[in-house]
Amino acid sequence: MDSIATDNPFTADQERALIAFAGAAIPASSAYAVPGADDPLIAADILATARRYADAIGAALDREDRLAIARHGAKFVDLDAAAKKSQIERANQPRSSDDASDDAEDELDRARFSAHRTMLSIIAQCYYRDDRVMRSLDMEPRSPFPEGFEVEEGDWSLLEPVRRRGKVYRDAPR
Amino acid sequence: MPPVPMGKSGQTLAKGFNQLGWHWWPSDTAIATQQYDGRDRCINLGACGSGCAQGAKASTDITYWPHAVRAGVEVRTRCRVREITVNDEGMASGVAYYDEEGVERFQAAQVVIVACNGVGTPRLLLNSTSGKFPNGLANSSGLVGKNLMFHPYASIQGVFDEPMDGYKGPGVCIWSQEFYETDAERGFVRGYTYEINRGRGPVATALTGMFSGRIPRGEGHHEAYRRLFNRITGMVGICEDLPEEHNTVTLDPDLKDAHGIPAPKIDYTLSENSRRMLDHAVARGTEVLRAAGAVDIITEAPIGVGGWHLMGTARMGTDPQRSVVNEWGRAHDVRNLFIVDGSIFVTSAGVNPTRTIQALALYVADSMKKRLANLFD
Repeated sequence: MDSIATDNPFTADQERALIAFAGAAIPASSAYAVPGADDPLIAADILATARRYADAIGAALDREDRLAIARHGAKFVDLDAAAKKSQIERANQPRSSDDASDDAEDELDRARFSAHRTMLSIIAQCYYRDDRVMRSLDMEPRSPFPEGFEVEEGDWSLLEPVRRRGKVYRDAPR
Repeated sequence: MPPVPMGKSGQTLAKGFNQLGWHWWPSDTAIATQQYDGRDRCINLGACGSGCAQGAKASTDITYWPHAVRAGVEVRTRCRVREITVNDEGMASGVAYYDEEGVERFQAAQVVIVACNGVGTPRLLLNSTSGKFPNGLANSSGLVGKNLMFHPYASIQGVFDEPMDGYKGPGVCIWSQEFYETDAERGFVRGYTYEINRGRGPVATALTGMFSGRIPRGEGHHEAYRRLFNRITGMVGICEDLPEEHNTVTLDPDLKDAHGIPAPKIDYTLSENSRRMLDHAVARGTEVLRAAGAVDIITEAPIGVGGWHLMGTARMGTDPQRSVVNEWGRAHDVRNLFIVDGSIFVTSAGVNPTRTIQALALYVADSMKKRLANLFD
């Protein structure tokens, strides 16, 4: 997607945090020869796609930075891999009603949970449409149309037991 | 026309159903498997829910509309009707609407036919107040907007050691109505249909895995992902929600749309009957997936991303005090107003509603045609 600088609704800190979040969620793998979701091409796709949800995602990323500073004395982007993973996992645990002691805090947790799900959805969407990732999954890096795909017809004789059993529905009253 | 192919997923599940002696049946999925009426045949694109580039998947714009337009119907898109107007005799006289430029227009009419479904139809009727109809049009029964029904869906997905169809082919391959009818021993009335979902694409696999905890974020992501990719197939149980008057569509006292039209407000509580049905669907679905060879089961009930079919809010019936439209779709209170959408359902039925809506719309149209000489009597 082409863009100009003023199109970007994220601050530099939010951009770095989002890319760090993506890389922490889906890291590179040498075993499978795939990049992480913080790869420059994929990250650009993520940032462009996330613009539509900039308000919610921006607020969530700011909160991640505040939490990281409160717990570790550093912004999210500067945490080590284990601390990043722990913070992401925690954000994706919805608080149970038993835990809710403060309505405002509970509302913040729900907003954070919702924003994290949106971020993960965008990250997965952008990551798994990358040509390199698709090839690593033995997928052709192309859109389904116009070539389509082959799907085997299947063995329709499997229906014989169902036919032998007879109808399972009621006749409509006359 | 032949059904859509069973594929690996359909065959695997069919064998599971057969092992338990349960009903299953092929699916047409509203997809043309041969060239039909100017539409090309399905080539298994797989992204049916996002629109069919091939034109094989039926949708109104490529099925009914071309015929209607050729017959002289003018389709005005991007318009929003504010209200149905009435004359001194209490008959519908037309509609006030905003065109795509936001300009208010009036369209006079001899007959008004509403097809806005279970939220849009009551919203429009409740917004159509007048001296003769102070509580909304066609609402002498007080039932416009009441008895809202959805389809609570239970999702039961199995993980298999062998590859399934994954992202290839129409999303639904077979169905089962083994548990459609009431059986008092189950602890609930009515029942549900199983819609067998063929598989998941790469993104849906990642999200299913990450949200269910099967695929970790960070270390271990790729190994876990590859254990699920192309190896998930399963089903949703489409539960028959029943009419309850406390489930409603009303007008929001504050919220309005871009044209200043009061927005709908929805109040809905999942019934105990539907809750039990969902639990039953999860338990039996797990059984059939295990019988088919699943090594892991992922469930969610009710799901949040589907089943939001909108029904029941302008119900059909012969008693004007207990229904909004009569037995052929005409409003009891307004003799030239007809409704042809999911709002006229009296129960949701445990199956997706589009075909029933189409059948009712065709039936109402035929009923009108047969009565042209005395349509307003």
